[in-house]
Amino acid sequence: MRIVVDTGNHIAAKAVQMARVDVVAAYPITPQTTIVERIAEYVEKGEFHGDYICVESEHSAMSACIGASAVGARTFTATSSHGLLLMHEMLHWAALARLPIVMANVNRAIGPGWNIWSDQNDSISQRDTGWIQFYCSSNQEIFDTIIQAFKLGEHEKVQLPVMVNYDGFILSHTSLPVKIPEQEEIDEFLPKRKIKWKLDINNPITHGNIIMPNDYPKIRRAMQEAHENAHGIIKEISREWEERFGIYHGELLELYKCDDVDYVLLSMGALGAESKVAVDEMRKKGRKIGLARVRVLRPFPKKEVIELARHSDLIVIDRNISVGMEGALFTEIKASLYGEVDAKVYGYIAGLGGKDVTFKDISKMCERVMDGKYGGYMIFDVEG
Amino acid sequence: MAIKDLPKEEYVLPGSAACPGCPATIALRTVLKALGKRTILVIPAWWTAVIQSWYPHTSFKVPILNIAFEAAAAAASGVSSGLKVLGEKDINVVVWAGDGGTYDIGIQALSGALERNTDFIYICYNNQIYSNTGIQRSGATPYAAWTTTTVGGKREFNKDMGAIVMAHRIPYVATACISYPEDLYKKVMKAKEIRGPKYIEILTPCPPGWRFSMDKTVEVGRLAVETGAWPLYEYENGKMSFNGFSKLILEGKVKRKPIEEWLKMQGRFRNLFKPKRDEERIRRIEEFIERMWEDFRSKV
Repeated sequence: MRIVVDTGNHIAAKAVQMARVDVVAAYPITPQTTIVERIAEYVEKGEFHGDYICVESEHSAMSACIGASAVGARTFTATSSHGLLLMHEMLHWAALARLPIVMANVNRAIGPGWNIWSDQNDSISQRDTGWIQFYCSSNQEIFDTIIQAFKLGEHEKVQLPVMVNYDGFILSHTSLPVKIPEQEEIDEFLPKRKIKWKLDINNPITHGNIIMPNDYPKIRRAMQEAHENAHGIIKEISREWEERFGIYHGELLELYKCDDVDYVLLSMGALGAESKVAVDEMRKKGRKIGLARVRVLRPFPKKEVIELARHSDLIVIDRNISVGMEGALFTEIKASLYGEVDAKVYGYIAGLGGKDVTFKDISKMCERVMDGKYGGYMIFDVEG
Repeated sequence: MAIKDLPKEEYVLPGSAACPGCPATIALRTVLKALGKRTILVIPAWWTAVIQSWYPHTSFKVPILNIAFEAAAAAASGVSSGLKVLGEKDINVVVWAGDGGTYDIGIQALSGALERNTDFIYICYNNQIYSNTGIQRSGATPYAAWTTTTVGGKREFNKDMGAIVMAHRIPYVATACISYPEDLYKKVMKAKEIRGPKYIEILTPCPPGWRFSMDKTVEVGRLAVETGAWPLYEYENGKMSFNGFSKLILEGKVKRKPIEEWLKMQGRFRNLFKPKRDEERIRRIEEFIERMWEDFRSKV
């Protein structure tokens, strides 16, 4: 184990190298670009065992990943914002084909107008594609989650693609110290990919031909079961990582000071890291509040959220908006509680398009709720 | 080589959902005989996606990856790259796409795959229409042809896809026609031996789409070649050469048959002859073909 100080994107590239990825197919987009630049450097120096396909679009990046994964290759891509949106069709394809492709998505707002800063609307728009979705809050977590994502996606009971999200610039371009295990230790944790199905000339199958209405629901149900399986396997993998490397980022939720509290704050990504600082500040003032950082949006940690709500009311801050409704996390949390527990849930939206959200802003939002002055759902940056 | 000398092994099996006499299965049967067992097909959304039979059955004896309409060439890049890294050698990675998936929606992915030197064979099955969705115009539909989206006849000429592909300076480009299976077989065999991107385009007359009786498929294809509407050529090492009847046309050893003979066989060009002869549009077609051949002569 050694400590490296580097940006989130370079750390992501390091994880890809150490996971012994066979094929990378990617297209540059701000703020993801330095991932593919670093991978290209590895290739040039002979430090990357796999092949890097410089495709001509993100749609082709995901299509190439599907082709490579379908012959048994461990496959990775990285993108952001509009690039992720261009992939949309193929994201569904990869998930329905049950290919364990791993992607780093550097969260960035969507235009117009052009905005290159952090916002989760890109990945939130891909919730229904069947991909497992992680949200990271530190460079260490980016490294660990990318390695873990291969193990999770390739698990025989999962066989799904995994998207590892983290905030543009806030993490992608910020240098932080990261503990990197030795290659042998990674190899031991992440053995070679086991193949469930592949294009094999000695066992010629036709993948993806016409499927009739009687059979189609079965493949959808199988995906749903795989997500349910992933729920437990994410926990196992988090614990195994902790045992091997002494690092723990939580499971589907990262719980921070959630015992004996009246309120639990929920958020995702770098906002989750900032929320820790806010919780510490509020606790100094005697507020009984903890944090549940949502690491995994799909499969959704429904059971865990219900447990939290049995003992406390919930405050949700979304860095995304499902226009015409509300923040996605807010909706999902309320839906999880329906008919299970009668807790109050308060929601805010903050930080869209990279608008800075400080721990003071977060404390302000929470204190309003705790002081009985919630005043209704709002986009904090505009109305707060 | 005669048809009877083609390999006996069949890779298109009974149980296909194609119409009897479908030129797609005729072409694919010939192509797969040339490619053999060590082949992976990548098939975008088009007619061959439909005729493979229904899940969990298949009528093909080589592995197939079905993929979205515009994505075939990119997926093939991934297949080719994956096989290379995993050390699986001498497998033909083949895209089998229609003209819509090649000329139009898939052209970006195709161009990308050609430019980055993907080791694969891209085969465009050109029936000059979107046939999977019925009969709609594509970038390959010829001028004046009726389709359900060009009811009065198409107002534009087709693209020169061969020239677009050759502009990528890839090692091998060829055109073929369903009516000359031995020629098609030879070209696929040649492509198989070359590393890097190879492109073969096959003209395949479509009886319902072109509005002719299904016993005339081969004849309509032959007339396309003999009237010069469809050239048979190869492009290797930066040079074009012509085959069969097209070679004779190019060298001026035979005169092209009048284009009207080909047009009149097909109901899709009926607008040109009924209720009265459309001299202007027939002249434009004739000029278009003559210019194409002049252009070829300047290149060879």
